[in-house]
Amino acid sequence: MIRIGDAPGVRRLLIGVALVLTALFLLLPLVAIFAQALMGGIDLYWQNLSDRYTLAAIGLTLLVTLLTVPINLVFGIFLAWLVTRFSFPGRRLLQTLIDIPFAVSPVVAGLVYLLLYGRNGWLGGWLDGYDIQIMFAWPGIVLVTIFVTCPFVARELIPLMQAQGAREEEAAVTLGASGWGGDLRVTLPALAHALLYGVILTNARAVGEFGAVSVVAGAIRGQTNTLPLQVEQLYQDYNTVGAFTSASLLALLALLTLAAKAALEWRAARRESLA
Amino acid sequence: MIAATLRRQASRRVLPGFGLSLGVTLTFVSLILLLPLTSLVGQLSQLSLSQYWFLISDPRILASYRVTLLAAAVAALFNAAFGLLMAWVLVRYEFPGKRLVDALMDLPFALPTAVAGVTLATLYSSQGWVGRWLETLGLPIAYTWVGIALAMAFTSIPFVVRTVQPILEDLPSEVDEAAVTLGARDGHAFRRVILPHLWPALVTGTGLAFVRSLGEFGAVIFIAGGKPFETEITSLMIFVKLQEYDYAGAAAVASIVLATSLVLLLVINLWQGRFIRRLHGREA
Repeated sequence: MIRIGDAPGVRRLLIGVALVLTALFLLLPLVAIFAQALMGGIDLYWQNLSDRYTLAAIGLTLLVTLLTVPINLVFGIFLAWLVTRFSFPGRRLLQTLIDIPFAVSPVVAGLVYLLLYGRNGWLGGWLDGYDIQIMFAWPGIVLVTIFVTCPFVARELIPLMQAQGAREEEAAVTLGASGWGGDLRVTLPALAHALLYGVILTNARAVGEFGAVSVVAGAIRGQTNTLPLQVEQLYQDYNTVGAFTSASLLALLALLTLAAKAALEWRAARRESLA
Repeated sequence: MIAATLRRQASRRVLPGFGLSLGVTLTFVSLILLLPLTSLVGQLSQLSLSQYWFLISDPRILASYRVTLLAAAVAALFNAAFGLLMAWVLVRYEFPGKRLVDALMDLPFALPTAVAGVTLATLYSSQGWVGRWLETLGLPIAYTWVGIALAMAFTSIPFVVRTVQPILEDLPSEVDEAAVTLGARDGHAFRRVILPHLWPALVTGTGLAFVRSLGEFGAVIFIAGGKPFETEITSLMIFVKLQEYDYAGAAAVASIVLATSLVLLLVINLWQGRFIRRLHGREA
């Protein structure tokens, strides 16, 4: 069987160009991150890593992620259940609304939160009276991160649940399973893959969000610097090795994300070929 | 269609959780999405039309629209070509390291944008690994709009690859066998036989890459350098206005950015919907 582009010359040329461009655009930046981080030797790397402000940034990033991911996971499941299992007026509108965080620039996302919760904002002024500060503090960072990452879980679940149809759940209810327990037992195992993938994407974006967070964080060292903000601040201070030390942690997480995604896809492909 | 509607209505009675999931979803959407967005409308409503026009048509802001649009267009076009090539190579050929290359395509989505930003700025600066070479060739990248386009291209690489790849995988092999049997040459056969199947996905992916590039911030600001009228992108202008406590100005410019991306996204969604309906003969 001969197909288009199967001639050895064409094939070699296209693979060659693809590999060169991939190496240049994707592999080289990845290598550069670790090379820059380790430029001053392993001792300096550890020293940078155990810097007080870097540790504080790691802690804040963990806190933000640990709050954001479960909240968006729960919301994503409810939303996907709602739009794929029931028909009601405004269903399409709801699905469009959910895409807004993907469409807007992260700076605009940060801005709308600043307008609402800032000192002169509608809610900010009121909360100020109770001595509750949202902006330039960790709650603001958590809120914008929730905003920016809220579509991921639902977007992974919706297409699958649509395809699966309501039939399975109906069968379960008829056969005696009832309430949420019944539904989850039927729905979740089949959707575990999509769910996990959604969580991985939410997690990666929550850890790495920069634009929205930098608007609402106010860059207070040791207090409101997440890891990406720490990278920026060290870089602006001309502490390149320090900046890339923090960056290398984030790059490591990115690599883990890619590995987890590849593993999930591989398992899904195997399941499909067995079925 | 009718059967689906009926089934959905039947399921309303059988399946539990309508009230609960509606309540949770609406509360979340109102608090997290709608309330903050209305605060933008509230801020804008305090401006008169002429004030608004003055803020969004400031020469420095106009220059930032031009730079952002130009760089995003170049980045999207680059990704159309690169994404098509990568999708083709990953679907059609076998070679060592293929799975690794496939996994690497998602790196720009997994890597935080600020990390991409400082890395590209370091690589392409005049002392950087790549920038040093390009400098001697008389091609400075850092602190020019080319650098901005490069950073935008990096962060939006996955869009075209991942929209074209599945379409190419599902293409039956008879499609190109016929063309080859008839003796058409590769380039010609690709354009006449394969491309008509791919171009809706290609346009969708390129459009998404363009929208993403328009809003990109973290990856761009480090390599851009922020020279007024030359390398300031619109997101950066909003950020600068906020740091100067010019909330009205920031909100006005943000409304332009928001409206542009929403309209583009709507167009892409409509386009995609029409193309999916045409392919499957029904609503997706």
